[in-house]
Amino acid sequence: MNFDRINEKLAILADAAKYDVSCSSSGSKRKNDTKGLGNATGMGICHSYTEDGRCVSLLKILLTNHCIYDCAYCVTRKSNDIKRAAFTIDEVVDLTINFYRRNYIEGLFLSSGIFKNADYTMERLVRIAKKLRLEHNFNGYIHLKSIPGASNELMKEAGLYADRLSINLELPTEEGLKLLAPEKNRADMIQPMNYVKNEIIVYKEEKKLFKSTPKFAPAGQSTQLIIGATPESDLQIIKTADTFYKEYNLKRVYYSGYIPVVANDVRLPSLETQVPVLRENRLYQADWLMRFYGFKADEILNTQNPNLDLEVDPKLGWALRNLQFFPVNIQIASIEMLLRIPGVGVKSAWKIVNARKFTQLKEEHLKKLGIAFNRAKYFMFFNNQFKFINHLNSSDLKSIIVNDTKSKFKDLYSPQLQLF
Amino acid sequence: MKTWTYDHSFEGFLTAVFEVYEYRELQVRIRKEGIAMPELFEGLRRVITNSKKADRVYQKLKVLLGDVGMHRILYSLLSEDEECEVHILNVIREAIAHPEHKIMQNFADPSALKLSQFTQMVGREKHRMEAFVRFKLTCDEIYFAEIEPDFNVIPIIAKHFRDRYQDQKWLIFDNKRHYGIFYNLVQVETVEMKFNNQQQVGMEMLVKDEYLYQSLWRNYFSSTNIKARKNNRLHRQHVPKRYWKYLVEKSF
Repeated sequence: MNFDRINEKLAILADAAKYDVSCSSSGSKRKNDTKGLGNATGMGICHSYTEDGRCVSLLKILLTNHCIYDCAYCVTRKSNDIKRAAFTIDEVVDLTINFYRRNYIEGLFLSSGIFKNADYTMERLVRIAKKLRLEHNFNGYIHLKSIPGASNELMKEAGLYADRLSINLELPTEEGLKLLAPEKNRADMIQPMNYVKNEIIVYKEEKKLFKSTPKFAPAGQSTQLIIGATPESDLQIIKTADTFYKEYNLKRVYYSGYIPVVANDVRLPSLETQVPVLRENRLYQADWLMRFYGFKADEILNTQNPNLDLEVDPKLGWALRNLQFFPVNIQIASIEMLLRIPGVGVKSAWKIVNARKFTQLKEEHLKKLGIAFNRAKYFMFFNNQFKFINHLNSSDLKSIIVNDTKSKFKDLYSPQLQLF
Repeated sequence: MKTWTYDHSFEGFLTAVFEVYEYRELQVRIRKEGIAMPELFEGLRRVITNSKKADRVYQKLKVLLGDVGMHRILYSLLSEDEECEVHILNVIREAIAHPEHKIMQNFADPSALKLSQFTQMVGREKHRMEAFVRFKLTCDEIYFAEIEPDFNVIPIIAKHFRDRYQDQKWLIFDNKRHYGIFYNLVQVETVEMKFNNQQQVGMEMLVKDEYLYQSLWRNYFSSTNIKARKNNRLHRQHVPKRYWKYLVEKSF
């Protein structure tokens, strides 16, 4: 192998793939019972973290950055004057296997610019996955991009070899897509997504009858939305995510703060614009509330409050708007209500449920259980008393809490431009 | 207060627990052998590991505390914390005296809470090692890795690596505790070696391609970083500096 050339390609094609934020390697059930290489059961592993603090779990590369499309937000758009490169199938396979054997990665995340047409591109992605599985007995994690407009036959094959399939909606609304990527349309994205969703259901049903039924995309599907390239409100974003979770059984929706890659395009924020890291963080918090805390999309945001408060997290925001539910008596409250207390997470909620069977929970217990006591104390009633009734009725409860629980990361996430 | 010592093994500890009941000894502290002791040496006794006794305790505790409980006891011992035996013994005593109290679920009990915290700490280190092990391919076709984990996690990471790498020989060596595990394509065995504390594999012992793959990995690592999102604090929080020594992408 020509290592110098591969090094160069790797730099180009990893750089181009890095805007895809998904790096999950969990949720598959592919066991290594073939005496082969790799295992993709259960928990994902982050093998390293880049200096931007993001996890490195998979070898995330494009097969090529040649692309026939000219999407304004994308660094590999046709009209962008950048170096182009393409891996051969064997090069990708060799890199994956050798990185995996050294325990650098959990598997492969393979995406691609679109060359010729959708099926031509998809067919090559599938061929790599197939080669890894069948010729190299590889049981590690494979995440393939579904190419918009790919045929059902190819998607079926992709599902048989990949653990996860994903297709990026890119912009939260169809209007946004029309504006920035006029050559693409959402129907082309939804078609493979819908096909895969139905196949997953079919294979799961069959699995119940025949144990030999092969796995079909066992780690499910995901998608990604770009935040801040177009002027959608958080409500629109959350609603889109909610719809896709419900209708297409997605495992994850990723939110990617727009990183300016284009100068002088009036449709997009300028190059100096900061990446909306804090907004992205709040959206993930809202997403978690919907998936793990039993919140509905329209509880988190509504038309009166269409955007997430950057100053407080969405759960605290909800509590401040719904003070009538507080204080919660932690000795008797339902798990659903415990989960709604700001500062109490899923694990500590269950710990409270377990521990309160034995004893009347006091302040010292609660602190040791790992809840964010400084925030939670204003919303809960414990040891038969509630000390913060005056605070709860106070109009500036929000500022009290914000001052009380200043994050050490505050400066880092400040939406204001840092001058020094 | 008497002090009994055991040989650092899980079985040794369980034997000591057996003898606490056998001799109806209430005032005893169990600790690992060879660790400097601040108190007077009064009542010092060495427990001889006995697998029959250990097994009886194990079976009994398994019934009383379940899989979760046994898991927490094992992980707490691997923490090598000086106080871990005290808390484990407290929990065992409570479980035997009042099985109906379900001590393992009582996070308001200081010792039960401590066990759950030890478990969390050790579990985190186990997970880190599963992530941060970096194999280097030696000329005799063994994928070799060195680690210096905060806790003694080798016994609990063996399964992960055996399941994952079944078609290559590998060796993971704990430079702090001077032992490791070796997979010979059939099974995993423990190996003990005494070296100096330096890293053990010289360049000349590795295959030629090893450096090329390492440089490809470093290249990948820097290319996949987004400079506009630079956040070194978060980076160091996830990959604390003490682990950098053995990470190909962080040390060169």
